[in-house]
Amino acid sequence: MAENQRILVCAGTGCASSGAHKIIGVLRAEVMRQGLGDNVSIVSTGCHGFCEQGPTLIIEPQQTLYTLVKEEDIPEIVAQDLMEGKLVERLLYTDPLTKKPATTFANANFFAKQVRVVLKNCGFIDPERIEDYVENGGYKGLANALKMSSDEVVEEVKKSGLRGRGGAGFPTGLKWGFCRNSPGDKKYVICNADEGDPGAFMDRGVLEGDPHSVIEGMLIGAYAIGADEGYVYCRAEYPLAIKHMEIAIAQAEKAGYLGDNILNSGFSFHLKIRAGAGAFVCGEETALMASIEGRRGMPTVRPPFPAQSGLWGKPTNINNVETWSSVPHILSNGVEWYTQYGTEKSKGTKIFALTGKINNTGLVEVPMGTTLRDILFDIGGGVQNGKAFKAVQIGGPSGGCLPDEMLDLQVDYDTLTKAGAMVGSGGLVVMDETTCMVDIARFFLDFSQKESCGKCTPCREGNKRMWDILDRITKGEGKIEDLDTLENLALVIKETSLCGLGQNSPNPVLATLKYFRPEFEAHILEHKCPAHVCPALLSYSIDEEKCKKCGLCAKNCPVECISGDKKTPYKIDEAACIKCGACEEKCKFDAVIRV
Amino acid sequence: MGTACENLVDPKQLKLDEVIIKYRYENGPLIPILQEAQEVYGYLSVHVLKHISKVMRMPLAKIYGVVTFYSQFRLAPVGRNVINVCLGTACHVRGGAKILETIEKDLKIKDGATTEDGRYTLEIVACIGACGLAPVIAINSEVHGRLSPESLAGILAKYE
Repeated sequence: MAENQRILVCAGTGCASSGAHKIIGVLRAEVMRQGLGDNVSIVSTGCHGFCEQGPTLIIEPQQTLYTLVKEEDIPEIVAQDLMEGKLVERLLYTDPLTKKPATTFANANFFAKQVRVVLKNCGFIDPERIEDYVENGGYKGLANALKMSSDEVVEEVKKSGLRGRGGAGFPTGLKWGFCRNSPGDKKYVICNADEGDPGAFMDRGVLEGDPHSVIEGMLIGAYAIGADEGYVYCRAEYPLAIKHMEIAIAQAEKAGYLGDNILNSGFSFHLKIRAGAGAFVCGEETALMASIEGRRGMPTVRPPFPAQSGLWGKPTNINNVETWSSVPHILSNGVEWYTQYGTEKSKGTKIFALTGKINNTGLVEVPMGTTLRDILFDIGGGVQNGKAFKAVQIGGPSGGCLPDEMLDLQVDYDTLTKAGAMVGSGGLVVMDETTCMVDIARFFLDFSQKESCGKCTPCREGNKRMWDILDRITKGEGKIEDLDTLENLALVIKETSLCGLGQNSPNPVLATLKYFRPEFEAHILEHKCPAHVCPALLSYSIDEEKCKKCGLCAKNCPVECISGDKKTPYKIDEAACIKCGACEEKCKFDAVIRV
Repeated sequence: MGTACENLVDPKQLKLDEVIIKYRYENGPLIPILQEAQEVYGYLSVHVLKHISKVMRMPLAKIYGVVTFYSQFRLAPVGRNVINVCLGTACHVRGGAKILETIEKDLKIKDGATTEDGRYTLEIVACIGACGLAPVIAINSEVHGRLSPESLAGILAKYE
C-alpha cells in the first residue's frame, strides 16, 4: 500500500445529510482496526461540490473518487483500495453521457472541465484547521498586500477586473476606491453572506469549506480601504457555515491575522459575525446594514451610497462571499494570472450552483464566458432521466428563464443582461419538458411578493397583482389582454421601485413571456397546460396497453371514480375526478397518464 | 427565606439577562439578543419582549416592529420538533410541493401550525441551500434530502 494516504470525506451540508459523519466514524475505526492509523489520515472537509453523488470521498495521492458511499462500503474500501491498491470499481463515478467510469476525480467530466480558483481548497482541506489553509498558500495574499500601499492594493484589484459576484457585477476595485476616498476616521467592511436566492449555495460552500479565504479577502479589503472593523452577515439558515466561520475567526485571532498590529504592520482589524433573521431583502446592502444596526431590514434611498454613509453613518464597503474569497488569489498570484481567465469585461472565474432536473447537481466553477451548454451538458451531465431540456433559470428571483436556443450564450455579466436574464448570484436551475413556465413565473412572483419589505407600493402591490393574474392563467381563467397587462405592470414596478428586489422582481415574468409566450397562450386560449402541470388544466387517463389491471389505482382513488376489473380495462370518470394524482402515484406501470 | 426567594426567580429569565449583559457594549445588539432569547424560550412572548424593552430601555413598539419583520422570530410557542419544508426553486421543480402536501396530510397541520400533541411544527422556507439534494426538508436544522412522499413517514417517526 502507498504511504501517507489522505482520505478527504466531504462533510458539507449536503453530504452530512446523506450520512457523511457516520462514514467518517466508521472509516476511522476501520483504518485503526487494520493498523493503518500511522499512514492514513482522514480529513473531514467542506463541500466538494458534487452534491448529487454524495457522500463522496477522495483518496490522495491517487485522487481516487468514490461516490454515493455507504457505511457498509467502508471495509471494502479499506481492504481493497488502501491495503491492496485495487480500485473498488462499483463505487467509481460513471459519467451519465459517456457511461465510462472515472478512475480519478480529475477524470470525471464534472471536475475536469472546471477551473477551481475560489473553490480550490473546498473539499481538499480541513476548514476547521488554519494550518491547512496556510499550508496551501493561505494568508500569502495578505502578506503581499501589507507590503504595498493601500492605494496600490486598490489599483491592483481594479486592474484584475474583478466584479461583484453577488449579482449586480459592479467593479470591485472601483467600489473600494470610493470608500477609500470617502472622508472619515472610522470605516467598515462587510461580507454579505445573506445568500437568499433560492437555488444558489456557492457562498454556503465557500464559508463551510474555506472560511479563511473570506477572512483574508476582508483583511486585504479593510487594509486597502482603511477600515478597522468588519462584519460577516450570514443567514441563519446556514448553521454549519456560521460555525466554521466562528472557528476560523478565533484561529485567525490566535495566529495574529486578526486583531491589533497584524503581522507587525501596524494595521489592525476586528471581525464579527451577525446571523440574519430570515429576510431575503437583507441581501440588499442598505437593508443589510439596517439589520446589523438592529432595525427592520428596509432599503433606503441611494445616494448617500454606503461608501459615503453606511453602517452607523460611517463609510462602508460591502462585498459578497465569493468576491471577498477571490481577492486573496489576485493578491497572491498576481493580476496577470487572474486576468487569463474570463472575457474582456468579465474577468476571472464564477461559481455556479447546478440544480433542478440535471444529472450532476452541485457547485461548479468555470471561467467567465463559458457557454451555458458547456456548463449544463459537459459538466452538468445533461438533463435527468433522458428528458428534453426546456429552460434554465439563471439569476434567481431577479433573473430569467432562457430557452434551448440561448444555450450557446457566453455566461458573463453583459451578455446575460442583454438576453433578459442576469448572472445574479449564479444559481442555474434546469427545467425539463415537465416544467410549466407559467407555473414557474408564478412561483418566482410568489417568492418576491412574500419577500417584499413593503416600503415601495409598486413592489408591494404590483407584484401581488401580477401574481393574481398569473394564478388566474394557471387556472384557465386568463384573458389574452392579461399578457399586455403583465408587461405594463412589470415595467412600472421596474421603473419605480427603490431597491434591487423590486427593480428585478418582474424579470422572471418578462423573460418567460419573451421566450415562452406560446405556453402562456395555450393556457389562455386553449385551456391547456402543455407541460401537464397546472391541475385545473389537465386530466388523467389510463393507458390500456400499459395497464396490468391490478386495480391499485381504483383502490386508492379517494372519490371512487375509477372503475374496471380483471377483465375490463380500468377507466377514470373525468367528470368525477378531483385530479389529486393519487392513481398516478400508486401505479407501478406508468399506465396513468396526464392528458 | 432564601430558598423561597430563589424559587421566584425564573432560570430562563436569568439566562436572558446574561444574554443582554453579554451584548451591553455591542453596537446594534437587538437582533442577536432576540435570537438568543428565542433560543432560551423557544419563542418570544409578550412577557419576554416587555422585559427586553425595560432592560434595554427601548420602546416595545420598536422591538415588536423588528420581531414581526423577520421570519425567524416567533410570537407563539412551537412544537418539540420544527419541520422546515423547503420550497425554493430547485425543490419546487423536483416536487417539493408534493412533499409539503404529504406532510400536511399526515400531520393534519398547515404552514405555521403545531400538531395538537405538540410534537411537530410545520414551516415553509424559501431555500436552505441544500439544492443538490432537492427536494429537502430540515427538522431541527438537520437536513434530509432526496425525499419522496414514501420516505417521509420513516424520517418523521425518528423525532419524538
